[in-house]
Amino acid sequence: MILHPFEYHAPETLEEAVDLAEKYGEDSKFLAGGQSLIPLMKLGLFSSGHVIDLGRVRGLDHIRKEDGVLAIGGLAKMADIEGSRLVEQACPALTDCAVSIADPLVRNMGPIGGNVCHADPANDVPAVAVASGAEMVLVGRQGERRMKAQQFFLDTFTTAAGRGEVLKEIRFDAERCRGSAYIKLQLQATDFAIVGAAARLWVHDGTVGECGIGLTGVGPTVLHPKKAEGAVQGSRLGTDAFSRAAELAAAEARPVSDLRGTAEYKQEMAKVVTRRALENALKRAGGGRR
Amino acid sequence: MRVQMEINGIRTESNTDATTLLSDFIREEAGLTGTHAGCDTSNCGACTVLLDGRVVKSCTVLAVQAAGRKVTTIEGLGDANDLSPVQYAFWKKHGLQCGFCTPGMIVSAYALLQRNPDPDEEEIRNALAGNLCRCTGYVKIVESVRYAAKLTREGKTPFRAAARRRKEGEIHGPPGESL
Ligand SMILES: Cc1cc2nc3c(=O)[nH]c(=O)nc-3n(C[C@H](O)[C@H](O)[C@H](O)COP(=O)(O)OP(=O)(O)OC[C@H]3O[C@@H](n4cnc5c(N)ncnc54)[C@H](O)[C@@H]3O)c2cc1C
Ligand code: FES
Ligand code: FES
Repeated sequence: MILHPFEYHAPETLEEAVDLAEKYGEDSKFLAGGQSLIPLMKLGLFSSGHVIDLGRVRGLDHIRKEDGVLAIGGLAKMADIEGSRLVEQACPALTDCAVSIADPLVRNMGPIGGNVCHADPANDVPAVAVASGAEMVLVGRQGERRMKAQQFFLDTFTTAAGRGEVLKEIRFDAERCRGSAYIKLQLQATDFAIVGAAARLWVHDGTVGECGIGLTGVGPTVLHPKKAEGAVQGSRLGTDAFSRAAELAAAEARPVSDLRGTAEYKQEMAKVVTRRALENALKRAGGGRR
Repeated sequence: MRVQMEINGIRTESNTDATTLLSDFIREEAGLTGTHAGCDTSNCGACTVLLDGRVVKSCTVLAVQAAGRKVTTIEGLGDANDLSPVQYAFWKKHGLQCGFCTPGMIVSAYALLQRNPDPDEEEIRNALAGNLCRCTGYVKIVESVRYAAKLTREGKTPFRAAARRRKEGEIHGPPGESL
C-alpha cells in the first residue's frame, strides 16, 4: 500500500515531460517502469507531490544501430534488450547484464533509463555503461547534452542528470564494445549482485587498444577502476595483465558487509568476477563474433 | 482520478487515487480475486497479470500506469467450467498444493507458451523465475507446463471436450471427474 499521496501526470512528448518537471521542480519525480520507485513508495521513502510518468512518452523505446553506434532509448525495456540480436552483437555485456536482472516480470516493466538513473550501487547496467564508455544523452529545458557514463554516476542514487533532465538515449560504440562481458555473482537467480563486473576489450594488432571495467555492488556507486584498466590497456594479450587488473580493481573496491556477504568476501570476489569478465570479453573480442 | 482499462476484454472504469496499485484495482474495483497479493513487496509473483500481453507484477504497477491498456488476469484465461489448457494441465499434473502461487504461475506459463510453444526445462524455469512457490518444489509445476505445452501444440482442450460430452449427457459427475 502507498500512503503518501501524489498527483499523477502522463505527458506524451519529451517537451511536455520536461515542462512539467520545470513547473513542479523539487516536488516532482519522473516515473519510468516504477520497479524501483513503487517499492520505495510502499516503504514510505518517497515524498514528492508530483509523479511525471515517462511511460507514455512516444519514441523513446528504440533499439537500433546507426553509423556504428548501438543507440538505445531510455524507455527501452530490459526484456527487449535481453532479446535483441543487435545488442548481443554490438555489446554482449549488456545482454549478459539484462538477463541477470531480477526476473522476466520486472524486466518487462523496467527500462534501461530507470536502471541507470536510479543509480543504486546494486543496479547492474551502470557497470556495463561505465566499462563500455557509453554516451548518455540528456534532454532538459536547456536542450540536449551528452556525457560519458564515467562522468554520469556520482554517488548512491545520485547522477549528473540535473533536476528535470530526462535520459533520452544511451549510445554504445558497436566496434569497441563487441569484446565485452558482464559477470554477476548472486545468492540466487533473481537476486541483486553480491558483486558484479563488466569488462570490455578492444583488441588491435594483438594488443589491447582499450580496456573498460565497471564493478557493481562494491561501493557507494558503480566503481570505475582506472588503474586496473591501465594495467590491461596497451598490454599484449595474456592473462598476466588480467590477474594484475583484478588485484587492482579489488584494491579500489569498498564493499560493505550485508546479508549477501562480508566485506572481505566481496573484496575477494571482486577479483574473481573482474578476471572472469576480462577473460570472457577477450573470447568475444578475438572470437570473430560479428 | 478517473481510470479506465480493459480487463479480460471488459471495459472497467473507476474513480481511484493515483496511489492505487493495479493489483488492488483488479481485486477491489473489478472484483477479480484470482490475482493474489502475496508479498506486496515485488518478490513473489502471486500478483502476475498480463499487461498488453506481457507478464508484470501487478503489485508493482500503478493502476494509472495501466490506464487505457489491456489487462488479462487468471480469470481471463478460463474458469472452473471451462479450464484452458494451462489451467487443466496444472490440475491434471498436480502443479499446485496450497494454490496461492498458482494464478501467477499459470499466467506466466501462459505467456511463455504464447511465444514458445515447445520450451525445454531450462526455458520453463527461466520464464517462471519471478514466481515463487513455497509448497511444491517446482518439479510438478515444470511437469504441468510441459504437459500444457503439449496440449497447446496439439490443439487439445480435454476439459472443454469433456464438458461438452457431459452437457450432452454422455458422461456424468462434476467437471473433470471423468478425465
Ligand atoms: C524484485 C526486484 C529485483 C530487482 N533486481 C534487480 C537486479 O538484480 N539488478 C538491477 O539492476 N535492478 C534490479 N531491480 C531494479 C529494476 O531493475 C528497476 O527496473 C530499476 O532499478 C529502475 O527502475 P525503473 O526502470 O522501473 O524506474 P523507476 O523505478 O520508475 O525510476 C527509478 C528512478 O530513475 C528515475 N528515472 C527513470 N527513468 C528516467 C529517465 N529516462 N530520465 C531521468 N530519470 C529517470 C526516476 O525518477 C527514479 O528516480 C529489481 C527490482 C525488483 C522489484
Ligand atoms: S504480491 Fe506482487 S510480487 Fe508478491
Ligand atoms: S502451491 Fe502453495 S505456494 Fe505454490
